[in-house]
Amino acid sequence: MIDKKKFDFAAHLQSVEENYKMIQILNEEGKIVNSDLVPDLSDEQLVQLFKDMLWSRAVNDRCIILARQGRLGFFGPTAGQEASQLASYLAFDKNDFLLPGYRDFPQLVKHGLPLHKAFLWSRGHIEGGQYPEGLKGVIPQVIIGAQITQAAGVGLGMKKRGAKQVVFTYTGDGGSSQGDFYEGVNFAGAFKAPVVFFIQNNQYAISTPWRKQTAANTLAQKAAAAGIPGILVDGMDPLAVYAVAKAAREWALDGNGPVLIETYTSRFQPHSMSGDDPKIYREEASFAEWSAKDPLTRTRIYLTEKGLWNKDDEEDLIKQFDKEILEEVKKSDNAPKQKVSQFLEIMFEEPTEILKEQIEYYKNKEGN
Amino acid sequence: MAQLTMIQAITNALDNALEKHDNTLIFGQDVGLNGGVFRATQGLQAKYGEERVFDTPLAESGIGGLAVGLAFDNYRPIPEIQFFGFMYETMDAIAGQMARTRFRTGGTRNMPITLRSPFGGGVHAPESHSDSLEGLMAQVPGLKVVIPSNPYDAKGLLLASIEDNDPVIFLEHMRLYRSFKEEVPEEYYTVPLGKAKVVLEGTDLTIVTYGYMVHESLKAATLLQEEGISVEVIDLRTISPIDVETILVSVEKTGRLVVVQEAQRQAGVASVIMAEMAERKRGILALKAPIGRVSSPDSIYPFMLAENEWMPDAQRIIEKVKEVINFD
Repeated sequence: MIDKKKFDFAAHLQSVEENYKMIQILNEEGKIVNSDLVPDLSDEQLVQLFKDMLWSRAVNDRCIILARQGRLGFFGPTAGQEASQLASYLAFDKNDFLLPGYRDFPQLVKHGLPLHKAFLWSRGHIEGGQYPEGLKGVIPQVIIGAQITQAAGVGLGMKKRGAKQVVFTYTGDGGSSQGDFYEGVNFAGAFKAPVVFFIQNNQYAISTPWRKQTAANTLAQKAAAAGIPGILVDGMDPLAVYAVAKAAREWALDGNGPVLIETYTSRFQPHSMSGDDPKIYREEASFAEWSAKDPLTRTRIYLTEKGLWNKDDEEDLIKQFDKEILEEVKKSDNAPKQKVSQFLEIMFEEPTEILKEQIEYYKNKEGN
Repeated sequence: MAQLTMIQAITNALDNALEKHDNTLIFGQDVGLNGGVFRATQGLQAKYGEERVFDTPLAESGIGGLAVGLAFDNYRPIPEIQFFGFMYETMDAIAGQMARTRFRTGGTRNMPITLRSPFGGGVHAPESHSDSLEGLMAQVPGLKVVIPSNPYDAKGLLLASIEDNDPVIFLEHMRLYRSFKEEVPEEYYTVPLGKAKVVLEGTDLTIVTYGYMVHESLKAATLLQEEGISVEVIDLRTISPIDVETILVSVEKTGRLVVVQEAQRQAGVASVIMAEMAERKRGILALKAPIGRVSSPDSIYPFMLAENEWMPDAQRIIEKVKEVINFD
């Protein structure tokens, strides 16, 4: 018999969960529900954030079409995650170092990646990984969770240099099950490295619901074992995401170590455009349920009521975005044909003798 | 010049590296105050401080990922994996990340990591401490794999690895750590990567080997010399990439080849050397007999009471050499 008075496990679990209540500032009706926490954003910043979110949705919509036309390779739709991705991004600085997951192109482009490079990466072109010199970040990680241990490393480096920079990195609900996730968060904690970890909980790791990933009632509480703050935030609410991310960055910058943020969000569309069918694993009602929480909708209402936005201008803006996006597509269409010899040449700083033989062989075949 | 064991030469090399390259960092399990379980990093934390020589949490994948992240931040990391049998835990960081970063970024980013680790059998260690896993590493494009056989090379190869802007897996045979001393210069020097060394000249047959097996091969060659068989011994030193030219030149001279490795027979480094000789005109036309191979058998590394029965030794090398010499 367990002596419940001495070992009240249920009460223990309950007490853990009380520390991870979801933070919301702007609700789905576009109303401020927590005025104490409203972040200090100027009208211009608010409008710019909304424009960024609209741009991201426009890129997403265009990519869906391109993917269906067979004009993209891998594409992971981002619709629904605009607040999670772009309001979090807004809290960081150009000098902060970004380690994205594979769905995090919007942040990368905001951080300085020309959009056509994102298309080239999707299509599988060498130039898709050749980033501009000053861009503080790496290309999206394909191995789920591998960026988490690396983020600890970049953060430790910054700390050693005494740099006034932080690292920010993203993974998903599935990513928080990986061993590397726990190792990376724990390392960053042990070294007090300035890292902000985002788990974008978009409900499904491809088809597996996050509730099947873990017995934990939130993913944010995974921070507790590493001894670092873990915050759960409404990932459809740009004000809450921004406010928490901003506070986390300051915490890290002040030398307190890392923070883990779970943004509770939704991917409206398939995992990728390569045959994933969400109808197999999602309840019919959940689509409408989540689209009612659309971050664009609540932000539009909020800005309109503040007199900062006119819905009539939106259509032209999106047309303009799409025009720019198509120009970037055109740029990626013009990328040169790739050569095998080129791949062999970049295996090492200097090709080895055996590689030199292979380079010569392929160069002859390629006719130069 | 000091007489140093291989482990002392490695410590000396790390000391030189920390002194010369400000962006080098040494980290791993117990490498700080404790100086590593083999004392490879002894005294380095005291000399250079915890900022540059530090302990990590006990997680190999984390150590590998930390190295990649530090390299992104322009450091020159020198992580230690306590025993290379624990490499499986960090295989993604090695093969999935550091080996691929230059390629993934279209040649725009260096990944100057030297991952050191003890390996090899014959020291009565528990399971997973004695395996020869260099073949797995050698199959990964984008990695260099270095295995020294003596103190002088260990220092020079380690410093060359640390200078290299690509990831190097630097494997240190535990049996060689303290088995003998030789003269090692105190000052900084390098031994080039990717270059094999003829450690004994001979005319009748070439043995190609690396690591601890260099010494068993030299023992065999000495005994064979007494029987009038002149054996040339090549120490590969770098097992990826392999210095094919040095082997070809030797085989053109001797016409006979035996490849010796401590690892199991399946796949592996010996197979690659045999294939390189068999598919090259210079190699195949020079050969007067089939290539011989000495290796461990294809079982898991054995229970420690049986390891002497399992591992190749001079006697087995002699038998194979005679078989190849007597072929007609």
